Amino acid sequence: MSFHQTLLLGSILVPALCSILLFSGLGKRDSVVKNISYIGFLFPFLAGIILFVNFDSAMRGYCFEVFYPQMGLQELKITFHLGLNGVSSPLFAMAGIVGLAAGIAAIHSGADRLRLYLALLLIMQSGLMGLFASIDLFFYYLFHEFALIPTFIMIGLWGGRDRRSVALEITIYLTLGALISLGGLVALNVLVDAEKFDFPSLSSALAETALADSTQVKIFGLLLFGFGILVALFPFHTWAAKGYEAAPTSVSMLHAGVLKKFGLYGLIQIAVPLLPEGAREWSPYLMWLALGNILFVGFVTMAQTNLKSMVGYGSVMHMGYCFLGVAACTALGAGAGVMLMVAHGLSVSVMFLLATQIQKRSGTFEMNEMGGLGTKTPILACFFIAASLATIGLPGFGNFWGEFGVFLSLGQEPDHHLFLGLAALGIIISAIFGLRAIAKIFYGSPSDELLEHVKKNPISDLKSQEIVSAGIILIALLFLGFWPRGISDRIDTEIETRYSGVPSLTTTSLPPCCLLKLNNSTTDGNLTNYSSDKIGIPTQNNSIK
Amino acid sequence: MDAYLIFSNENIWSEIWPELSLALGALFVLGLDLFRKPGSSTSLCGLVAIGFQAILLGVHLFDYLVWHHTFDRDTFSGMLTQGIQGDVMRSFFLFSSLLVSVLGNQYLKNKSLRSGEFHHLTMLATAGLMLLSQSNNFVMLFVSLETVAICFYTLVAYNRNSSKSLEAGIKYLIFGALSSSLLLFGIVLLYGVGSSPEAWGAVFDGAEGQDPLGFQYIGNLIEANPDHLLLRAGVVLIIAGIAFKIGAAPFQIWVADVYHGSPMPITAFLAVSSKAAGFFVLISLVNGPFLGMCDFLLPLFGFVATFTILFGNLASCAQQNLKRMLGLSGVAHAGYLLVAVMASMHFAGDSDRAIWVLFFYLFTYLLASFCVFGVMSLARLEDETDHEFFHYENLAKKHPWMGFVLVCGIGSLAGIPPFAGFIAKLLLISVAFEAKLYFSLSVMIIGVAISIYYYFGWIREITFHPKPSFSDDNDQNSPVIWEKGSYGLFKPCMISLAIISLVLGIWQGPFGDAF
Repeated sequence: MSFHQTLLLGSILVPALCSILLFSGLGKRDSVVKNISYIGFLFPFLAGIILFVNFDSAMRGYCFEVFYPQMGLQELKITFHLGLNGVSSPLFAMAGIVGLAAGIAAIHSGADRLRLYLALLLIMQSGLMGLFASIDLFFYYLFHEFALIPTFIMIGLWGGRDRRSVALEITIYLTLGALISLGGLVALNVLVDAEKFDFPSLSSALAETALADSTQVKIFGLLLFGFGILVALFPFHTWAAKGYEAAPTSVSMLHAGVLKKFGLYGLIQIAVPLLPEGAREWSPYLMWLALGNILFVGFVTMAQTNLKSMVGYGSVMHMGYCFLGVAACTALGAGAGVMLMVAHGLSVSVMFLLATQIQKRSGTFEMNEMGGLGTKTPILACFFIAASLATIGLPGFGNFWGEFGVFLSLGQEPDHHLFLGLAALGIIISAIFGLRAIAKIFYGSPSDELLEHVKKNPISDLKSQEIVSAGIILIALLFLGFWPRGISDRIDTEIETRYSGVPSLTTTSLPPCCLLKLNNSTTDGNLTNYSSDKIGIPTQNNSIK
Repeated sequence: MDAYLIFSNENIWSEIWPELSLALGALFVLGLDLFRKPGSSTSLCGLVAIGFQAILLGVHLFDYLVWHHTFDRDTFSGMLTQGIQGDVMRSFFLFSSLLVSVLGNQYLKNKSLRSGEFHHLTMLATAGLMLLSQSNNFVMLFVSLETVAICFYTLVAYNRNSSKSLEAGIKYLIFGALSSSLLLFGIVLLYGVGSSPEAWGAVFDGAEGQDPLGFQYIGNLIEANPDHLLLRAGVVLIIAGIAFKIGAAPFQIWVADVYHGSPMPITAFLAVSSKAAGFFVLISLVNGPFLGMCDFLLPLFGFVATFTILFGNLASCAQQNLKRMLGLSGVAHAGYLLVAVMASMHFAGDSDRAIWVLFFYLFTYLLASFCVFGVMSLARLEDETDHEFFHYENLAKKHPWMGFVLVCGIGSLAGIPPFAGFIAKLLLISVAFEAKLYFSLSVMIIGVAISIYYYFGWIREITFHPKPSFSDDNDQNSPVIWEKGSYGLFKPCMISLAIISLVLGIWQGPFGDAF
């Protein structure tokens, strides 16, 4: 096994092993517990970064494959197969980054029964890394459940208000979603005569004998609504904000930031490429639902006065853009969707992180009871403003390229202009609630409640570990904002092969690489030349499809 | 001396050595009980029963795995048939009976009840179940079923100090008698038509000398007359009789009451062995003698399965008493298993796969049920039928191993990954999908989602520490319920069951190839 394969496997096993060590009660002292957890969170982070850097963007298909055919149910053609492709590689790295940030936050959170807390969080981290590293669809699903179950337990044990009822509600909702999507996956397993139950085998089997259109529509429906419930697609989103509000911060970060990408990742990697006819049939409905996420949930977000639930609803709202990208059924839309997923994962988790830091200092999540924090905690203010601007979609952060790409993909098709116009309203909505939150928290004069609170608990600025955990995420967001080709190239290479069979809704679909070249040349000409030379893809091939 | 030769050739006694030795062991335990010193606390009978069954299970598994019977053959003049599936079920029943003895040993010690008859009856019932799984003739089927049922009537009422146990015993007796008579009436109808087909307008010239109650004969008869009214009535009555045993709607009404009143190990025994036996008989009947009536039976089963799943799950939601809840959720599980039975009928002639899925499901159900009932049997409640959710508050913190075992059991019953129950449900969904049972499948998915409510509600009580303000009242009586103590052999047994169901959820190893 090569170094990279070891890293890939290790990123799943190391957190799991650390978790087992913690469960087994190793080390009486807190420092041992914390060090073990650091190892468990640092390893996936480093593995994610190293594998991200070493991924060959020009290559199609999977790299760093790890394959154990003996594991898994042979009866259902399930094998244990890991690997990264252009779509999963950035998400895998993102999971590592967010995991480390959440881990640092958890280690310093001072939760009671810290050992159990960290052990469960490490299981979640292991599941998250496995989810993006799995090629086999069954293990992809299994790792998702691995990450999901600690979520329920942690909400139940360390959650805030209404944790017991929220935990139950989330469990029922998400189990239903998981079962429906499992139904879709089983349908694929049974109906497609593939050698193995993984992405490449399924797509090559489907290339030979495609499924009937009506079957595709049905299976796509199952996957769409199953995954949709898991991703909080409108109108199945009601669990999400409630859950994030009740969950401990690290869990909200990992769930909203990383785990929720499971469903969209499934739609982009499996559902749309394998079931193109189904995707086309469902696409208009999906668009309306995604608009529901953007506008309906957007208005709900505007009405929130609680900072954490505002962040929670905001994260649900922005998932609407990812759905729009998927619904466009073009390589550009899907690519932009992946881009936005990565950026959204980073920005949402940093927002949850900072919201909790604010709460630690002001003693409340109520934005009306804050004000004027900016002068007392300048670094926190600076970080929070950066994160909010990233969420709104300001150029310079990764979210901008994602949303921009989604809008462009909608703009290509005249029928979609209505959606484009309505979706663009979402930018205004998110600017309203984002900027208003900044104003209420950091500017103006402090409220009476805050003054009262400050008298008893003097406020200090971010500590070094808090700066590190928020900083790594913000650096990643800035990297995406200024160097989108860092991930767009590999997404393009992969998406283009996968989406070559998708019946394009447009007559002249513009390949995404064109767009991002254009982007780069407007932001920084030098970068473009350098990169296209280095990658060596002839520009002509990319721009004319 | 020809008669002796025929006798010895036809009756291959060595083929039923596990049943014979189990029955002898049962008698030995009963005899041993006579020598018990009055007032002695050690339960020698229990230990002997456990040890004996463990050895028997080991030898039988060795027998099965090493000299495994790869041939199907009829013995005892066609009364019994030996085959792989029957052998698997025999091991299953032995395993289940061993666990009942383990649970019973602990339970009887807590309750200070006499142990001799308990283990004796358990072992006899198991011997009957093992014969049932090999029966190839309706008389054999009925006789072994009655052997089992009579043992169960006594066992359900075993806790004579409790009025609920006696009530459950009477209820089970009445319902059991009703179901047996339905079954018998069905058999009689088949026999009546089978013995003189022409008189009843059936077209069949059966092979001379064949037993008109043998599965083969009835199968041919039904194959030739799938639309015959009396035959249909007979088949439906037989299935109704079995539906009583497995607790399928609309014959599920006894389940909650009987589960509620019986001693805990017997509740587990009923939930696992009795149900498994019913399903094995059902699946071998519909794929054997009743195969010719597939088209008639499928819609019937579809209705029953749907109703069973919905009733079981919805009724469980409303329960506060855990034993009733488990009984009703067992009804829901019976509904899921009926979907597997339907799937096996769809692959008529090639039903092995669905049958193996059924076996795997039953095996995971066994593991999970014994985890759950095992921990429940440790509760020192004044009236053990009063298991309510709040008794389990914060159990995981007070007794981590009990919490672990219980959560593994409940998780596996609910079918949450990474427990074995999830793999079983996955396999079930996949065979149901292959058999194109889309409607039943969707009912099943809805049912599983509903079941999360009550299963997870229980897990929530066990693991999530409630707010201190609520727990004040319960803290006083909870230490009484869950005593710390040395549970001897019991604890490692339960923990290993939980670990097996965890490991099977991730790595199916040998089972993966078995299908």
